[in-house]
Amino acid sequence: MFEYAPAPESRAVVDIKPSYGLFVDGAFVDPADGASFKTINPASEEVLSEVAEAGPADVDRAVAAAREAYDKVWSRMPGRDRAKYLYRIARIIQERGRELAVLESLDNGKPIRESRDVDIPLVAAHFFYYAGWADKLSHAGFGPAPRPLGVAAQVIPWNFPLLMLAWKIAPALAAGNTVVLKPAETTPLTALLFAEICQQADLPPGVVNIVTGAGETGRALVEHAGVDKIAFTGSTEVGKAIARSVAGSRKKVTLELGGKAANVVFEDAPIDQAVEGIVNGIFFNQGHVCCAGSRLLVQESVYEPVLASLKRRMARLRVGDPLDKNTDIGAINSAAQLERIRTLSDIGGEEGAERWSPPCDLPEHGFWFAPTIFTGVTQAHRIAREEIFGPVLSVLTFRTPAEAVEKANNTPYGLSAGVWTDKGSRILWMADRLRAGVVWANTFNKFDPTSPFGGYKESGYGREGGRHGLEAYLDV
Amino acid sequence: MLGTRSIKTTAKAWAIDLAIRMVDLTTLEGADTPGKVRALCAKARRPDPADPTCPPVAAICVYPAMVPVATEALAGSGIHTASVATAFPSGQAPLEVKLADTKAAVAAGADEIDMVINRGAFLSGRYLEVYEEIAAVKQACGPAHLKVILETGELSTYDNVRRASWIGMLAGGDFIKTSTGKVPVAATLPVTLVMLEAVRDFRDLTGRQVGVKPAGGIRTTKDAIKYLVLVNETAGDDWLDPDWFRFGASTLLNDLLMQRTKLTTGVYAGPDYFTLD
Repeated sequence: MFEYAPAPESRAVVDIKPSYGLFVDGAFVDPADGASFKTINPASEEVLSEVAEAGPADVDRAVAAAREAYDKVWSRMPGRDRAKYLYRIARIIQERGRELAVLESLDNGKPIRESRDVDIPLVAAHFFYYAGWADKLSHAGFGPAPRPLGVAAQVIPWNFPLLMLAWKIAPALAAGNTVVLKPAETTPLTALLFAEICQQADLPPGVVNIVTGAGETGRALVEHAGVDKIAFTGSTEVGKAIARSVAGSRKKVTLELGGKAANVVFEDAPIDQAVEGIVNGIFFNQGHVCCAGSRLLVQESVYEPVLASLKRRMARLRVGDPLDKNTDIGAINSAAQLERIRTLSDIGGEEGAERWSPPCDLPEHGFWFAPTIFTGVTQAHRIAREEIFGPVLSVLTFRTPAEAVEKANNTPYGLSAGVWTDKGSRILWMADRLRAGVVWANTFNKFDPTSPFGGYKESGYGREGGRHGLEAYLDV
Repeated sequence: MLGTRSIKTTAKAWAIDLAIRMVDLTTLEGADTPGKVRALCAKARRPDPADPTCPPVAAICVYPAMVPVATEALAGSGIHTASVATAFPSGQAPLEVKLADTKAAVAAGADEIDMVINRGAFLSGRYLEVYEEIAAVKQACGPAHLKVILETGELSTYDNVRRASWIGMLAGGDFIKTSTGKVPVAATLPVTLVMLEAVRDFRDLTGRQVGVKPAGGIRTTKDAIKYLVLVNETAGDDWLDPDWFRFGASTLLNDLLMQRTKLTTGVYAGPDYFTLD
């Protein structure tokens, strides 16, 4: 009888245009060859809008606009004036937060609870934070007068569309660079709304340019001779291709790639809190998180209570309409991603791991995958080694802290890790030994603009966020 | 998460009625008189005199001296008479006094006893003493139900709350209760979450179900519904029953009645349309 009522956020707050051009030199323009593609709502497969596809000629134009804005305006502007624009953008993002949150959930499929409470507030926080740095670069520890690099080519993924844009654009602009950014082809809409915000903030034309398109557009952008810096977040495969393509050029590169994070639960951890952290670690954003805690390492002595508690908690997760405030898990972003998750999960079953999902009704239309755990997983299984990028958790066990470290580090990746224990000294001992860019202690998936984020090994190089994040956009 | 579960229309009506049935309508003041207690008992029987479909509350909660009045006024109604005991609210009295206090309340007709744990012993680490005291009081209760007040505002950490919950359940408590309402920090959602996790785990291990009663500081329907969502999400619907979950409150009832009337009539009535107790 205790039924929760649907509480959908209204779509009326956001005005989606039937078609969008490219944002070049402060205005929306049509692509040279008139090509376009459709972006859909992954929760219903309904077409949201038609978006221009940038070809090499358009990329050329955008890079030229960015170069001109860099030479004539942005690199010459005093830091405190650049800061004013960034503060203005941050405030407009806050004012239009609901609009951005609804649009993000529509285009990406993530629950409104996350876009409203996590993504958009963090986006604003990033702009506020880097606005503060713009006039203090000489105190950032990179010499008395660090210079910007020039034009930055930025390619971002679909899992946190606007947040990844903020991670890229805020430090680049604060340091005095201009940018050409390519959002992912499945989630271009919030980046285009951000372009409108740049207009609203009277940002000088050409400082921010947004070219939409798929892999080919991205390739044209990063291989363009006119860019000085490449920042990429996405798959390890594409990251490697980018690193190869820029070898021997003057371009500076930062890459933030995949992950297969270990979330390590010791026997003295408070189980209910650890289970909350496990759930947040892997089911947050449908598991479309590069730093997701996709490998759960549980100390054998508490394996059974942790697993029982985890299953009970998972049975309470609500999968469904991303715009409903009750929803915990939304839609998988695309048909292609759903296919990948299915394939790897099937392989998990074939390799002998035991698969479990709580009973849950999935909507008929759209792309959905029930939260899933695999038990009996070993280091040799593919689901313990490859990034699934979906709501799928592999559960492994360990006996001693040394074994936990060994297993946690035994991966080609090294983006993040989690440690759950009551003992402070053990947290420090683990953090010293885990080869991961972020180690969360008794929490998971916590982000803050002041904290640097980045990977070891195949998870990439360079840091985003904090003072360290400036380094990628300064000539140091 | 709790703020984002939405309760509307029929579920809301059901939740409000359930919350009314879970209220331990409480008066614990030095100024309590038989007249005041009788008035409260009348309210307990028919919270909304204008609407006979409104259910009665679960119990009346009073000091031991007022138990005979309450028992008489509630006779035949099915509403329980709860009495605080064991040198409430501080619990700073010798064990014999606490036991005598309890026995007197039961003898006078109370069928539920709300005891306080010995926080002095707890905070100095004498957990066995805390346990033995609760066990002794439970014995003194005889057939009456025992609610163990942890006074979470004085225990201050979640670890302590969890440990005290466990001691209360092991020693035989039928309910664990957050607060006396006499210290600045009373019931909070996080503390209630810890206690709900404790009773859930305790039943998994022993098979015995123990109830939970947050008390103090819950004043609005919105708050009460958040607690019910917490119960539903944590312990499960086995606990969504007045036998297993109670609200220790006084002002909460009128807000519930006001929202109940709003739901049936569509308009808010002023405070004068609800009886003072």
